[in-house]
Amino acid sequence: MNCDRATRLMSKSQDRPLNNGERTALEVHTWMCVGCRNFRKQVGFLRQAMQAFAQRQDDDEGPG
Amino acid sequence: MSTAAAAPNDDLLDSGYLSALRQQMVKFAQMHLSDVHLAEDAVQEALAGALVGAQRFAGRAALKTWVFAILKHKVADVLRHKQRMVDASSLCKENEEDATNDLFDRRGHWLSDSRPTAWDNPQACLEQQQFWLIFEACLDGVPAQLSRVFMMREFMGFETDEICETVGITSANLFVMLHRARLRLQECLGQRWFEAGDAPKKKGRR
Repeated sequence: MNCDRATRLMSKSQDRPLNNGERTALEVHTWMCVGCRNFRKQVGFLRQAMQAFAQRQDDDEGPG
Repeated sequence: MSTAAAAPNDDLLDSGYLSALRQQMVKFAQMHLSDVHLAEDAVQEALAGALVGAQRFAGRAALKTWVFAILKHKVADVLRHKQRMVDASSLCKENEEDATNDLFDRRGHWLSDSRPTAWDNPQACLEQQQFWLIFEACLDGVPAQLSRVFMMREFMGFETDEICETVGITSANLFVMLHRARLRLQECLGQRWFEAGDAPKKKGRR
């Protein structure tokens, strides 16, 4: 597995569960690759940031 | 438990409340439609729909949730209509090829310049006003077709099959587009915030 494929799987895992083969291959790759390990954390943070962003829209623009 | 201070019908007739709600709805619709006129139309239709069944909702929170649910469907209808005017699969191909070439080498491994470095203390950024200015700028920088599906997924909370049906693309295409959007956002935030020296540092670390 290369980094391009690994990042696709990390992104896909945000939208549907990975199968066992995908998950195992991804674990092996990220264990070896520091760039992909960082990317995985960052993709998780993006979702968290989007949730906070949506909440801010509510708080900032809401009635009252 | 408690009863609402004002009847829902009164809420929709309260010009101050309605004006603030409408402003919020227009901003929401405009973010997704990138067209103020289409956004205004969608909001108008959603509010008209809300008037029909408003008496069923006790309290402003329930009413607002319901009005926004109507608006989401209106926005989805407009997006579906707009999408018919373009060939969705050709857009996916276009997006598929533009982003990876400058991140990975021929074997699919990170180029040294684009390899992600660790983001220091990202949670603390969520409390910083400056971070959100950069975040919005990065969101604006995501190409329109990618941004549309990304916002439907991450902001409006649509399930993937709902997005595919609305936009008229396959799930494989959707996963590619969502991935491209995340790559863009990750790259932009990395360059403009975390590597620009603005991010807060964890104590005891450099």
